[in-house]
Amino acid sequence: MTAQGQGSDVLVSTDWVAQHLSDPSVRIAEVDVDTAAYDQGHVPGAAGWNWTTQLCDTLVRDVVPKNKLEELLGASGIDNAATIILYGDNNNWFAAWAFWQLKLYGHQDVRIMDGGRKKWLAEGKELSTEAPKAAKKTYSAKAPDNSLRAFLPEVQESVKGGKASLVDVRSPAEFTGEILAPPGLPETCQRGGHIPGAKSMPWAKLANDDGTFKSPAEIKALYDGVGVTGDKPIIAYCRIGERSSHSWFALKYLLGYNNVKNYDGSWTEWGNLVGAPVEKP
Amino acid sequence: MRAEEFSERKDTIDGWAVNLVTYRIADRWYCTIDNVDPGARFARAEGGTREDAERTALEKAQKYLKQTRRFPASG
Repeated sequence: MTAQGQGSDVLVSTDWVAQHLSDPSVRIAEVDVDTAAYDQGHVPGAAGWNWTTQLCDTLVRDVVPKNKLEELLGASGIDNAATIILYGDNNNWFAAWAFWQLKLYGHQDVRIMDGGRKKWLAEGKELSTEAPKAAKKTYSAKAPDNSLRAFLPEVQESVKGGKASLVDVRSPAEFTGEILAPPGLPETCQRGGHIPGAKSMPWAKLANDDGTFKSPAEIKALYDGVGVTGDKPIIAYCRIGERSSHSWFALKYLLGYNNVKNYDGSWTEWGNLVGAPVEKP
Repeated sequence: MRAEEFSERKDTIDGWAVNLVTYRIADRWYCTIDNVDPGARFARAEGGTREDAERTALEKAQKYLKQTRRFPASG
């Protein structure tokens, strides 16, 4: 486990995971943007969760329904007492998305493997293509804790009243409206730009080249530099809510700011609203 | 089983900075390409050799990047 103050209970190293592969209290799950990556080879014993079908409501645009999450966790051999370790590609974008949802539903002990899938591969650590053989468990999720989640009306109020710090964690070119989506990915909004008053703090600035998080002191200095200090509520957003989960994790658990919400509607909601104010650049 | 011959390098495709990650697992080569900013993976391929995997991934990346439009960054 990392030993750098804040975050030491939610961030574990690849070495820590390698040492706990046989620990019965630990269950590991891989959550990738590239849903085919898991099948190439994964951390031995890790479950593979598909964010497009298993970590969302597949009918309505929403987070995973409570009963569906209970089924997924139970089928993955996870009960309420388990220590869940999440990791994935793209520097843990969707691992952070899964982490946010697990906290939303009240799971006590969930952690992220720092550096994610790429670091595990780069270090030449053991891989497996075998499906995990965990015995099915019963999981009981709590009602969603919406203090971790921002919905559109709250964001609209924040724009009017400035009661919260809005943080746009997309790339600078998305923030200015030069592009509508990360290069090479489908455009999913009608307008480019950002929510009025939002500060730009690209998620990638929080990560080292190997995908690990920078130290809390480095991350704090970055946020201090744009005037986001935790003295008022913080709402993070990106395009669909996964990159902002990564920044939400850093703000809440590495910096220890209490009132941090993820606006998962993000730019695909705001940038498609008729009449919504947009700021450029 | 483990990833071997892992490598990572920066490149540019049609003016876009990209990052190529290539490795071998058993006898298959895998290549993923992400844009440097914001770091999103958008193309991947596999092949029997490093060259095959990278060439196919680069072809896909070029195709996808051509679809990205640039707009004036002002109102």
